[in-house]
Formats: sequence, structure tokens, C-alpha cells
Amino acid sequence: MMPLLEISRLTHRFAGLCAVSDFNLAVEPQELIGIIGPNGAGKTTVFNLITGVYRASEGSIKLEGEELVGKTSHAITTSGIARTFQNIRLFKELSVLDNVRIAHYGQIAYSPAEALLHIGRFRTEEKRIVTQALDLLAVFKLDQSAHEKAKILPYGLQRRLEIARALATNPKLLLLDEPAAGMNPNEITKLMDLIRWIRKTFFVTIILIEHQMRLVMNICERLVVLDFGMTIAKRMPSEIQINPKVLEAYLGEEVAL
Amino acid sequence: MISSVKIIYRAWLTCWHMLTNCKYFWPAVLSVGFAFCLAASVFEFLDLYLQLILIYVGINIILAVSLNLINGYMGEFSIGHAGFMAVGAYVASLLTVYVLPPGTSSVFFPLAILAGGVGAALIGFLVAIPSFKTRGDYLAIVTLAFGMIVKSVLENIDAIGGPRGLLGMEKLTTLPWVFFWTALSVWVIRNLVYSNFGRGILSIREDETASDLMSVNTRQVKMIAFVVSSFFAGIAGGLFAHALQFINPRMFDILKSTDILIMVYLGGIASISGSIIGAVIYTILLEIMRPLGVWRMVFMPLLLVLLMIYRPRGIMGLREARLFMPLRDVVTEKFWRREDKGADDATP
Repeated sequence: MMPLLEISRLTHRFAGLCAVSDFNLAVEPQELIGIIGPNGAGKTTVFNLITGVYRASEGSIKLEGEELVGKTSHAITTSGIARTFQNIRLFKELSVLDNVRIAHYGQIAYSPAEALLHIGRFRTEEKRIVTQALDLLAVFKLDQSAHEKAKILPYGLQRRLEIARALATNPKLLLLDEPAAGMNPNEITKLMDLIRWIRKTFFVTIILIEHQMRLVMNICERLVVLDFGMTIAKRMPSEIQINPKVLEAYLGEEVAL
Repeated sequence: MISSVKIIYRAWLTCWHMLTNCKYFWPAVLSVGFAFCLAASVFEFLDLYLQLILIYVGINIILAVSLNLINGYMGEFSIGHAGFMAVGAYVASLLTVYVLPPGTSSVFFPLAILAGGVGAALIGFLVAIPSFKTRGDYLAIVTLAFGMIVKSVLENIDAIGGPRGLLGMEKLTTLPWVFFWTALSVWVIRNLVYSNFGRGILSIREDETASDLMSVNTRQVKMIAFVVSSFFAGIAGGLFAHALQFINPRMFDILKSTDILIMVYLGGIASISGSIIGAVIYTILLEIMRPLGVWRMVFMPLLLVLLMIYRPRGIMGLREARLFMPLRDVVTEKFWRREDKGADDATP
């Protein structure tokens, strides 16, 4: 079976600095993979490379056999990869509903001319988009605030809305960049349930970056550990915990006292 | 006492909403407005001076609403709007004066105006290209440069009058025509804003990278915004040329662009009703202050300073009158709020 996402020999340099070097990863459909590593290890850069924010210096990224390097971000998103951001990047001044509706952009079937005159496929399409968006919001329990501005939502709900918005693009692969950042232990437990539930309900493959070890160890099936752009381990969570290289990256080298 | 005022206000509001939610509200208002304009220009019950002011109001509404698409909805800062207007004015005037057979210009007037719009839209297409790479202040410089280029190109083509300008247009811009084009431009721009392309425009203002990552084709969106905006600026230019019957390149310099900017920011960004209010107030105030002579240019800016202190976001600022939202949006909103559909309990 062909992997959903196949990253091979991915390398990215910022001027002289090698942010990601020789990153390899094959993701099977429905997997839940975690990327961990100390700050500055290049985790978010990997996401930025996959989604086309940066163009990889070397290597290839294939989604279902289709090369993604060199494509624009919106084309990559339309072909089935959606993401959230480390620091929430909602459209703050727009309504919750509009945030989700915008994510349908890749799927609209009417032309600009039809939009200018509100004719042809415009009506049926807009109706479909509104219904789908509201259904999605209802599923995420955000429908009560559908017409509020996104910026007034409490922090936890903003995180939720970001995930909902990403799912509205109809992805096969969902990239979550530190979904638990700024959450308390109780909220993290809820988030774990949410992530599991999303995978089951929307049939998406998930890759997540996280520093919260409890979350990562509990829900991820495989972990990739990065340090200074290098992959230092790729294992099951239980094995990662005792891997000496990982311990070294996080805690420093062991010295004889 | 207060409660009775409240009751009357509520009743009035309900009636108003019922009226505006009616499918025939806008068609009725527009036909009455058009009939009024037609009667005013045919029977001349408004004197020509008043008619001219109304014509300027209409032209300014088109300019403000179209510029708002870029400066308000898309959040960029274009200072070259008068340049697009100039293109439209020259294309339309050259058509009616030189190209069209004499005597038929009043018949082909709408086509000439349309051609002016298309000409400006083509230029807008070109200006959109630098906007893919540049943003904010830098794009402002690009549009400023574009305005200068248009002006100096027009000044240096002797065949179209050079710096002396172009005359010989008949007075073809009548009140009904202005009403028609104004209504059309407001309607089309509103349609655009309340479509997913329009939401794409808004998302660029909010966060361009995020919108690209949410599948919005930002290049396509910018292209649409610039082309539509410059198209209507061109339309306004054509109407302007045939109202004044004389144009020269100096009319379309940065001061004209600044005028349009003032109308947009006075009315409030990202609001069609705001732009209309801004254009009406600005045009009429300038006329009212005419007796003040040179002092006009002291009081008007002073008013703007005061406005910016007390209403920094303009009169409407990011808000929209319900009246200008498509009925569908207003109705969905009500429908959804009332239904109160409980969420699926399975969601964690």
C-alpha cells in the first residue's frame, strides 16, 4: 500500500543554517504521528515545508505519489493537507462562520463572474458552503457563537475553531502545530479525546508537534524526535522514553560525577 | 415614559426590518430613485447646479466604494485610484469624441463608459502583479508611482491634448445614467464582498499567510479585487469626463486620489454603507463650504482631524448596515439563531 505522505531526504537551509536535514518520513493513512524535539529543532520548519510556506532546498514530499515541492500553499491545501498554527492565526475580525467558510475556498464551483452578479451556481454553492460550515461548527460545539467575531472567543475555543477551520478544507492529512500550547492539564485531557475523535470521525491522518509529553505519549502511535534539524530517533513512544540520544537532546549529556 | 419610547423604537425597528427583509424592497427603492432622477433631468425641477452636485455625489460614491475594496476589505493601501479614473476618462472621451460617428455618441454612451471601465480594468490587472510580492506601505508606493506614470504618460501624448487636456465631449452624463452606474457598482461590489471570493479578500487583510494555507488562492483574489476596483474607477472617470466636458491630466493627480481616500476613511473602511455616507458627506460639505472661499480648505481638514479623534475608524468602520447585506445572509442569521440546534453529544 502506498503511504499517504512520503517525505524523503528533505533538507532546508536558511542561508548557512541547516534547519532541517535529511528528514525522512512515510505516513500511512489513519496514522497518528508525533514530532517532538527541543525548541529550535526544526519541527515547525518541517510543517512549513510540507505546506509550501518555505520551498525545500532539497528532497521531495509526496502526497499519494504527487510531488508537493514547488506547489503553492493553497494548491497543497486544496490537494488535502491542512494545518493549524503554533500561535493561533484565526481571522480575528471576521465571524466564526466566515472563518470556516473561507476554508471552503478551494472547493467553490462558481466563477468570479457568477459571484459578481450572484447568478448561476452561486446560490446553490453558497447554500452548500453555509450548511456545511454550520454543521461543522455544530459538531465542534461552536455554532452558538457562529456570528461572533473570532477574537472574542476564549482561548480554548479559538484553538478548537482553528482545528474546525482546518477540517473545513476537507483534508486527508491534518498537521497540528502545538495544539496544547497554553492549556492546563484538564484541557489537555479533553484535547486528547478531541484529537482521537477527529481521527475517527473525519478519517484523517494526523501529524502533531507537541511539547506536552503526556499528550504525545498517550495518543501518538509513532514519534519522530528532531534535534538541530537532525532526526535522532523514530520509534514507538515507549521506546523513545528510554532512548539515550533523546534523553541527551532534552536533558544534556550524562557526566560522571 | 422611557419604556414607551423603547416600545415605539422597537416597533419601528421591527417594521423597518420587515420592510427591508422584503424581497421587493431594493427593486422598489431603486425604481423610485431612478424615476426621480429621470424626472429631475427631463422636467428640470431640480436646477442644473443641484443636478451637477448629485452627479458628483454619484461619481464619488462609485470611486469610494471601489477603492474601499482594496483599502478597506483587502487592507492594502492604494494611492493610485485617480490613475484608474484617468484611464477610464480618457478611453471613454476619446471614443465619444473621435471614434464614434458624430451624432451617435449619445446612443453609444454606455458602451463608451463600459470601454473606459474595461481599459482601466486592464491597467488594474497590471498593477495587481506587484501586489503578489509587495504589501502595505510598499504597495502604496507602487500605486503612487503608477498614478504618476499615468499622469505623465497622458501629459506627453500630444495627440490627446497633452497637458492642455481633452475637450469636445458632449454633456452625456445625466442624472439617470449616474444613478444607474452607481447602483450597478454598489450592487456588484456588494455581491463580490458577500461571496467566497470576497471572504478571501477579507482573509488577506486579516492574515495573508494563513489564508493561503486555508486554500485561498491569494493571487486570484488580489487579481479580482484590483480588476473590479479599477473597472469601476474607470467607469467613474468616464462619467466624470462627460459631466465636466473637459479633462486634463492634472485633474487625476495625487490630490484626487487623496480626495477618494478621505471619503473612504471618513465613511469607514470595509463598509459599503460607510463609503456611500462618506462620499455624500464629503461632496456636499465641500459644496456647502464654498462661500467660505479659501477658508474651505482650512475647515474641511479640521473636520477630518476632529472625526479621526472622535471616530478613529470612520463613521461606519468595519460595520455594515443590514440594508446592504444580501437578504440571504440576514435571513440565515435569524434562522440559525432561533433554531438553537443542540450539539452532538458525541463530540468531546
